[in-house]
Amino acid sequence: MGVGIQVEKLNAWFGKTQALYDINMTVQANHATAVIGPSGCGKSTFVRCLNRMHETVPQATVQGSVRIGEMNVYNGTAAVDIRRRIGMVFQKPNPFPSMSVYDNVAAGLKLNGFSDRRRLDEIVERSLQNAALWDEVKDTMKKKSGASLSGGQQQRLCIARALAVEPEVVLMDEPCSALDPISTSKIEDLIFQLKERFTIVIVTHNMQQAARVAEFTGFFLLGKLIEFDKTEKIFTKPSDKRTEDYITGRFG
Amino acid sequence: MNPPSGVSLRPVSWQRRFTDWTVTFLSASSVVLVLAPLVAIFGYLVYRGIGSLNWDFFTKAPKPVGELGGGMGNAIVGSIQILSIASLVGVPAGVGAGVYLAEYGRNRLGDVIRFTADVLNGVPSIIIGIVAYSIVVLRQKHFSALAGGAALAIMMIPTICRTTEEMLLLVPQTIREAAYGLGVSQWRTTLSVTLRSASAGIITGIMLAFARVAGETAPLLFTAFGNQFWNFNMNQPTAALPLQIYVYALSPYDEWHRLAWAGALVLVILIVIAVSMVRIAASRGMMRGAR
Amino acid sequence: MTRTRFHQGLDELHERLLKMGGMAEQAIDRACQAYAERDLTRCQMVLDNETAINVAERDIDELAFDLLAMQQPMAVDLRFILAVIKINADLERVGDQAVNIVQRVMDMVELPPAELPVDIPRMAAAVSTMVRRALEAFVEGKVELAQAVLEMDHVVDRMRDGAFIKLVQTMNEKPDVTRQALDALLVARNLERVADHATNIAEDVIFWVRGADVRHNVENDNRRPSLAPNENEAKSAASPDKQ
Repeated sequence: MGVGIQVEKLNAWFGKTQALYDINMTVQANHATAVIGPSGCGKSTFVRCLNRMHETVPQATVQGSVRIGEMNVYNGTAAVDIRRRIGMVFQKPNPFPSMSVYDNVAAGLKLNGFSDRRRLDEIVERSLQNAALWDEVKDTMKKKSGASLSGGQQQRLCIARALAVEPEVVLMDEPCSALDPISTSKIEDLIFQLKERFTIVIVTHNMQQAARVAEFTGFFLLGKLIEFDKTEKIFTKPSDKRTEDYITGRFG
Repeated sequence: MNPPSGVSLRPVSWQRRFTDWTVTFLSASSVVLVLAPLVAIFGYLVYRGIGSLNWDFFTKAPKPVGELGGGMGNAIVGSIQILSIASLVGVPAGVGAGVYLAEYGRNRLGDVIRFTADVLNGVPSIIIGIVAYSIVVLRQKHFSALAGGAALAIMMIPTICRTTEEMLLLVPQTIREAAYGLGVSQWRTTLSVTLRSASAGIITGIMLAFARVAGETAPLLFTAFGNQFWNFNMNQPTAALPLQIYVYALSPYDEWHRLAWAGALVLVILIVIAVSMVRIAASRGMMRGAR
Repeated sequence: MTRTRFHQGLDELHERLLKMGGMAEQAIDRACQAYAERDLTRCQMVLDNETAINVAERDIDELAFDLLAMQQPMAVDLRFILAVIKINADLERVGDQAVNIVQRVMDMVELPPAELPVDIPRMAAAVSTMVRRALEAFVEGKVELAQAVLEMDHVVDRMRDGAFIKLVQTMNEKPDVTRQALDALLVARNLERVADHATNIAEDVIFWVRGADVRHNVENDNRRPSLAPNENEAKSAASPDKQ
C-alpha cells in the first residue's frame, strides 16, 4: 500500500547555488503525480530530495521537511533506510552490468542482507510479473546479463528491481525519455497498474505523458512550484499564466 | 548509390593511396618491431634452455660446485613462496588504496596519495630492496622470504592502486546511483557493485604488477638472499628463480650456466601460465555473472 | 515565440470563422429586410449565398480537426478550437434559419398584405443585434459582451411568446388572414431560433475565454410567463422541443 508525501518549505542548494525555493506540496497516496517544467527548473532536484539522493552530490544541501507517511525523511532516520522505502527509476536504464537479470532484480534484497533462497525466487518472479517482464525473461533470467536486454526491457528490469524491495513510494525520473513509443506505452500502462499499490511521482518533460498517466500535476519553473492541481485542470484551464504559456508551447 | 548531379567522383588519387599504404606498412612494421624482441628472447631461451629441462631440474636442489646434475626446484618453490607473500600483502593493500582514492579520495589527501604512488612506481627496485632490508632484515637479524615478499609487495602496490582507481572511475555514476536508490550503503555499493563492474580492469592491473615483480632480482638480493637448499620456512633465507639465475649466470661454471638458461626459460613460462590462468578464471567467472 | 505553424493555424481558423460569421449575419439581415420590404430580390440573394455558408462550415471543421490531430493543443488553445467548432455549427444553422425566413417571405408576397398586431421588424432588429454582438464578443474575446447577449435572449423569448399569443388570437378572430398570420408566426419562431444560436455562440466564447461551462445555467434559463391552458397547448404544438 502506498503512502502520501508531505513536503513543506523545501529548499535545496548545489554549493552556493539555490536550486529549490520553498516548495510546498502534498502527494496523495496511491495516485500518480507528475512533475513538469522546462529544463533546469528543478524538477529532478525536487524528486531526488524526496529520497535523499540529492545529498550524494558533493556540497549539495537541503533545508525543510519531507514526510513520507509518518516517517520524517530528514530528521532522525538514516538515508539508507529512507531509500529502502522509496524506490527510484532513472532516466537512462541502469541495470547492474556484472549481474544476471535474476541478480539484478534480487540486488536490492541481497545487498541488504536478505538471503532466503526460496523467498527470493518468489519475490523475483512477482516483481518481474509486476513489471510486465516475466514472460520475456523467465527462461534465461539466470544466465542473461542485465545489460543484454533491449532498452525498453532494461527499463522494465530497473522497475522490477525497484519494486522487489516493496517500497511504498516509487519515484521515476523521466523513465521513458530514452525509449521508443511502444516501450513507452508499455511502461505507462504499467504505471497505471502500479498506482493501486504504490504512490508514484513521475518527472516528465513530455506533457502528453503527464496528461495520460497522472491524476495530479505540479509545474515547476526556476526552482519554484508555480502551480499544483488536478491534471485535467492544469491542462484545460490552468490558473497561472506561466503554466498556460508553458503547456501551450509558448516557451520552454 | 548515385552521386548527386553536378558532382563527379574522382577516383582516389595515387597520392592518397600511397599514403594509405605507407601508414599501414609502418603500423604493421611497428607491430613486428615490438614482437620481434619478444619472439627472439623466447626463442633463444628455448634454444639454450630446453636441453636442460628434465625431471631433476624441477625436483632437486643444486648440487655443490663442480658436481653435475641438480636442479632449481628449490628456487621455483621459493619464488612461489615469496610471490604469494607479496600478493597477499600487495593486492589487498593496492586494491584498497585504489578504492579509497576512487570513491572517497577526490580531495587534497587523495592527491597526495596519488603523487606518492606515482613516485614510488619510479623508485629503482634496488632501493626498495635496501629499504626492506633495513625495515625487516635488520630488525629480524636474518634474511627471509618474508622480507623478500615485503619488498615485492611494496613494488606491486602503486601499480595496482592506480589501475584500480582508474578502472573504478570508469564505472558510470548511474550504476552507483542505482544501488544507492535501493538503499544500499556506500561501502556495500563499492564492494558488491562498483568493484564487480570494474573487476576485469582491476584484475588486469594486478596481473601487470604480478608479472613485473615476478622477474625482479635486485630487491631480493638483500632480503630473501637466496638459498642452495630446500627451505619451507618463511622466516629463513629462501631461494628465488631470478636470484638463482643471477648468481649462476655470473659464476664461472658451465654447469651453472646451463642451469641458468633453463631457469630463465622456466621463469618466463611460469609467468605466462600464471597470467593465463587468472585470465581464464576471471572470464569464466564473469560470464556466469552471478555470485 | 515557438510553434509558429500552430499559431498561424489558429489565426487562420479565427479569420475563417469571422468571415463565416459575416456571411451568416448578412444572411439574417437580408432575410429580415426582405420580410419588412416584401423584397423578392433579397430573398434570392439569401438563397444564392447559402451554399457558400455550407462550404465554409466544412472548411472550418476540417482545419479545426487538423489542428487537433496534429498539434496537440492544450488549455486555452484547446478551448479555442472546441469553441470554434461549435460556433461554426451555430452559424451554419443561422444561415439555415435565414433561408427558412426567406421561404416564408416568398410565400407571404403572393398573398395580400395583412394587418398583424406584431412587430416582427423590431424582433428582427433585436435578434440581429444579438448575432452581431456575439460575433464581436468572439473577435475581442470579451466576456462582458457575451454576457450581454445572454441577457438579451430573455427579451427575445418574451417577444416571441407575445407574438404567439397575439397571432393565435388573430387567427381565431380573423380566419381570412390565417395564412399570413401563420407565416408571421413561423418567422417569429425562426428569429427566436437565431437568438438561441447567438446565445450558444456567446456561451462558447465564455467557455473559451474563462474555461467556464455556463450552458444550461439555471439563471440563464427562460422564465416562462404563466399561460392559459389552451395557449400553452397551441404553443407546444407550434414549437417542438427547444434545441
